[in-house]
Order: sequence, then structure tokens, then C-alpha cells
Amino acid sequence: MTLLKIKFSFQRRVRLAQGLWLLSWVAMVSGAITVATGVFLKTELVRRAEVMHSNDIHIVPNLLMLVGLASVGINIFAGKVCQDSLDATRFPRWKNVLIPYFCISLFFTFLLLVSVILSYALQPSLEESLKLGLKNGIRFYKDTDTPGRCFQKETIDHLQIEFHCCGNTNYKDWFEVQWINNRYLDFTSKEVKDRVRSNVDGRYLLDGVPFSCCNPASPRPCIQYQLLDNAAHYNYEHQSEELNLYNRGCRQALVNYYMSLMNTIGSAVLSVFLIQMTVLVSLRYLQTSMQAVEGQENMEIETEGYILEKGVKETFKEFQEKVKNFYKQVQGDVSPADEEAAGDAAPAEEKEATPTS
Amino acid sequence: MALLKVKFDLKKRVKLAQMLWLMYWFSIIAGVLVLSLGLFFKIELRKRSELMDNNESHFVPNLLIGVGLLACGINAFGGKICYDSLDSSKFSKWKTIMKPFLICCLLFNVLLFFTALLCFTMRIPLQFTLAEGLKNGMKFYKDTDVPGRCYMKRTLDLMQMEFRCCGNNNYKDWFEIQWTSNRYLDFSSKEVKDRISSNVDGQYLLDGVPFSCCNPSSPRPCIQHQMTNNSAHYSYDHHNEELNIWKRGCRDALVSYYGGLMNTIGVLVLLVTILEVGVMVGLQYVNTSLSTLVNPEDPESESEGWILEKTVKETFTDIMAKMKAMGKGNQVEEGAEGQAVATVS
Repeated sequence: MTLLKIKFSFQRRVRLAQGLWLLSWVAMVSGAITVATGVFLKTELVRRAEVMHSNDIHIVPNLLMLVGLASVGINIFAGKVCQDSLDATRFPRWKNVLIPYFCISLFFTFLLLVSVILSYALQPSLEESLKLGLKNGIRFYKDTDTPGRCFQKETIDHLQIEFHCCGNTNYKDWFEVQWINNRYLDFTSKEVKDRVRSNVDGRYLLDGVPFSCCNPASPRPCIQYQLLDNAAHYNYEHQSEELNLYNRGCRQALVNYYMSLMNTIGSAVLSVFLIQMTVLVSLRYLQTSMQAVEGQENMEIETEGYILEKGVKETFKEFQEKVKNFYKQVQGDVSPADEEAAGDAAPAEEKEATPTS
Repeated sequence: MALLKVKFDLKKRVKLAQMLWLMYWFSIIAGVLVLSLGLFFKIELRKRSELMDNNESHFVPNLLIGVGLLACGINAFGGKICYDSLDSSKFSKWKTIMKPFLICCLLFNVLLFFTALLCFTMRIPLQFTLAEGLKNGMKFYKDTDVPGRCYMKRTLDLMQMEFRCCGNNNYKDWFEIQWTSNRYLDFSSKEVKDRISSNVDGQYLLDGVPFSCCNPSSPRPCIQHQMTNNSAHYSYDHHNEELNIWKRGCRDALVSYYGGLMNTIGVLVLLVTILEVGVMVGLQYVNTSLSTLVNPEDPESESEGWILEKTVKETFTDIMAKMKAMGKGNQVEEGAEGQAVATVS
């Protein structure tokens, strides 16, 4: 018993073909949009590549670009088939191509869903990657004279200014690293010598942050140094100070930014998925309903369209049998293959007749 | 003898009308473009209105918006005329309006050209406006507790960071004003008292700049305070220091930004003017070619089209004579004048 059978009169078939042709154009445009969003997301990720440690998250835009291009191709083909379906003489030449075409299209459409799921599933990986990347960025902030790392300071400063954030988790991350280059430290002064001796690694640590952490919305000029010393500044208490520096950590800021991007893209991709599925289902109905017309004298008879000729279970069993036979043939076992081939020949021929629909 | 006379047969007329119709569509798009440029420019001026003097004039963006709307209207009308010109029955109703409409187009093109020129010359008053506005802005930087001026600090900080500039002419402008609010000054400390008593107005002046002047490209952490004191910082010479803070003054930065914007808009408006002149000439050809049909009954007959019926000089003298005649309109001397006008025209 067929799956989702629908009767189609000639008028209905024509209308289906016309509607599908229009829909395939819409789907092609949405495929192009998918490619564009993939490119945009990739650009955004590449821009901040310096503060990311691993590139796992890049699979999402790559997948989007691939599926978008495939979708454009699929929909152009669907439109072409649709145009030919109105002419019964031209339609039969698509017969053999359509089943593999459906399989490939279903695969790529399924990949759309996979990309949306991945964009959510890879969030922890993105966060880890940012954590490590930012930690290194803050560590190498001072190395403005080391080739390969000399732009780290500028990158981190621009990042903090643009995303309104300070440090990795919060501003206190800056207290744990030396972010001033040794070239600008006077090692003969007492203050520097004290600070350097106060920790095991001999680093110049201070309770200060770079200027890029400063919040312009603060009513008072920015306090960057001696942040924990209330007495060093008039009318200042570091526990209740809210507006002086950015309170957010850069990791949180970047994760929020990328997640909001991916939410928007995710909803767009889901609607593209729905459009694509509609195109494929409609094309399947068109194909099956046109099949029954084939070889008939009168083109305008009423036919039935369906998604699967037999139920899901039966079709699956048949498919399994087919694969098994194919495998056995390839193996080339002579006697058991001959016997089974003889035994299977009759039912196999029947099966051959039906799946070619 | 007419100016730029061209012979037209039916095919050529139809082709001209079709091409002209297409060009009118482009002109409508160009009109929309001018309108959106005017809107964009107005928004950009509005965004920084706090840094400009109170009497900054929005004349140029308003003019651009008006001209854009007018262009859309005129071009839509012209396109309709063009569309009807292929059908002689429909075209006859436009015949009487054509000449005034073409004169209207000519005046409109002059206005467009004038607008383009204005765009290029607006730079100069803008410079003065910005100089005044920035000076006042810096004066009110510290007034974060005064209603109406409490956002000046944030505006200035964001602007200095965005345009990569410091102060009005350069960073030394910050040395001449007090940019720290009195709320955060400890008046009991010696240092503050010294600084305040060191100048006539009792202001807390120091050789330091706000953090928004800092240049992220500097290899060392930003030096904002005690900038002129070389011994206060290790390995520092304020004469040689290039990368520490932004060297450019904000007035220069803003003027060059707005100047660039206005130059671009001016060039685009000039291009739109050329397009409009083109469609006007095309419409004149359509008009004259359809009025000079050899056989008025037969639409397929040949005709001639031109830009001006007589040469430029003669047309000019005609216009002058007509205007003189209008000036003496009600006078009884019309007899001699009327004959003179009749022979000339």
C-alpha cells in the first residue's frame, strides 16, 4: 500500500508543474542566500582567527557553502525537469536519472539540518578555543618586538575596544600576566625590583589594565593603574565601581556575538530546508503521476501520485535485498551465487520492475 | 538653420522612444539615489551635531533630498510622455505641455548643477562650524554631572577612538582645559592646590590627555599623564614619540571625512546631471520629430528632429525680444512691436 497517495487530474498536474517551477526558482535563490551566509560567517570567524586556538567551528560555514552550492544545482535541475514534465514526449528521458537524483538531494538537504545542529553542538568547542586563544593573546600582549607576535597587542586592544570587554573572564586576568614589555621597565628602580622579586617567575605584575579596557561611559577619567588600592584615588572604591572599566570578559562577549550570528543563520537555514523539502516532495509527486501517463494514448487522464510505491518498511526491505544481491555478485562466489541467483531471479525481476518507477 | 538636425523615419523614432523610456527608468533610480544620499548625509550631520556649532546649516542635505524627489517626479512624467509618444493619438494630448515641460527640465538641470557645486564648496563653512563645536565640546568634557552635557565625554571619547584623532588641532589642546570633573579632585591634597593656584582661572590643568587619545599600535602601554616630563617614564622622549597617542587633530579628521563624503556626493550629482541633460535632449528630439511629420496623417512618414529650431544666437535674440515685448505688453505701440516680433519668430 502506497505512501501518501494523491489523485491528480490533468489540470492539477499542470498546476503542480507550474507551481513547482516557480518554487524551484525561489529555492535556488534561497540556496544562493545559504552560500552567502556561509561566506559571511567564515569571514567573521577568520577575522578573529588570532584569538581562536582551534578551527573546529569552521566546519559550519564550510558545510553551509557546500550545501548552498549543491542546493542551487539541485533546484536548477528540478526546474528543468518541471519544464519538461508538461511535454509527455520529453519527460521519459529523465526516468533513469530521477531516483539517484532524489537520493543525492535528500542527502544534501539532510546536511542542512546537520549544519544547524552542529552550530549549536560546537558551542563548547568554540568557547574552549576562545579561552585558549585569548589566554595566549594576553600572554603575548607585551611581545611587540617578537616577530610573529608583534601585532598581538594591537589585535587585543582593538578587540577589547570593539566588543566592550576586558580580559579573558574579567579584568583581573590582566593582573596575572606581565603585559608591559621589559624594554620599558627601569630595572634599576626599587619599585620594579620589588615587583619582579615578589613572584616565582620574576615577572613584573601589577594591579593595572591596558587603556583599551576603559569604558568611555564612565563619568570620571579612566583609572587603569592601582585598581585595588582605594587610597590611591580620590573618592574611589574598587568594589562598587561599575562604569570605570568594561565588566564583561572577552570570551563571553565573543561567544555571545557568534551565537547570536548562528541563531539568525540557523533560523534562515531551517526555512531553506523547508523550502527544499517541499520542492523535492512536489517533484516526487510530479514524477510518479507523470509515470502513469507514459505510454497512454490520452495525456489528459487522471493518475495517482505517491511518495513511495510500497510502505516504508517494505521499501526498506527491498532495498536491503538489492544491496545484498549486489554485494554477492561483486564477491563472485560461484555456486552459492548461482543457486541464489536462480532462486532470486524471479523475485528479483519483480523487484527490478517496481523500483524503476 | 536648426541646431543638430537629424532625419527620422518610423523605425528610428520608435527606437529613440524605447531607448529614452529605458533611460528615464535609470533616471528615476538616479533620483532615488540622490534622495538617499541626501538622507544619509543628513543623518551623518545629525550624528555629530553635538560637536558642531549651534547654527550648523542643513541646507545642502535638504536641497539634495528636495532635488531627488523632484527628479523622481519629473522623470516619471517624462517617461509617461515617452511611452505615449509611440501612439500618436495619446501623444496629441501632451503636445501643448511639451514646451513648458522642457523648459522646466532645463531649469531643473541648472538646479542640479548648482547643487553639485554647493556640495563641493560646503567644506569651508563646515570647517568653521567644527572648530567652534569641538572647542566647546572639549570644554564640557568634564561636565558629566550637568544635565544636557553629561554625554559630551562619551561622545568625544567615542569620536576620538573612531576617527583616530586627539584634541582640536592636536593633543596639546587638552593641556589648556580642565578635563577632570571637580568631584574627583581631592582639594585637600598639595598637588591639586598647586595646580589650581598656578593659573588665573583656578583650573586643574595638567600635561595629560584622556585615554581615548591612545594609539593601540604603540609597542608600549599608553602614556597619558606627565607627557612632557621625560624623566617620569623610562626610555621616553616626548619629542620623538610618534606612536604613543594619535597625532592628528579631530577637526582635520572630521573635515577630511565630511569633505570626502561631500566630494563623492558632488561627483555623483554631476553624473546624474549629465544623465538628466541627456534625457532632456532625447525628449526634445522626440517632440520635434513628432511635430514635423511630412504627412501628418501617415504615422510612417519621415520627419526631422532638432535641439533648437534656430541657432543659439538667433534663439537668444528671440527670447530677449519676447521678454522686451512682454515688458511693454499693455502699451499701444504694439503695432510696430507686433510686426517686428512676427517677422523674427
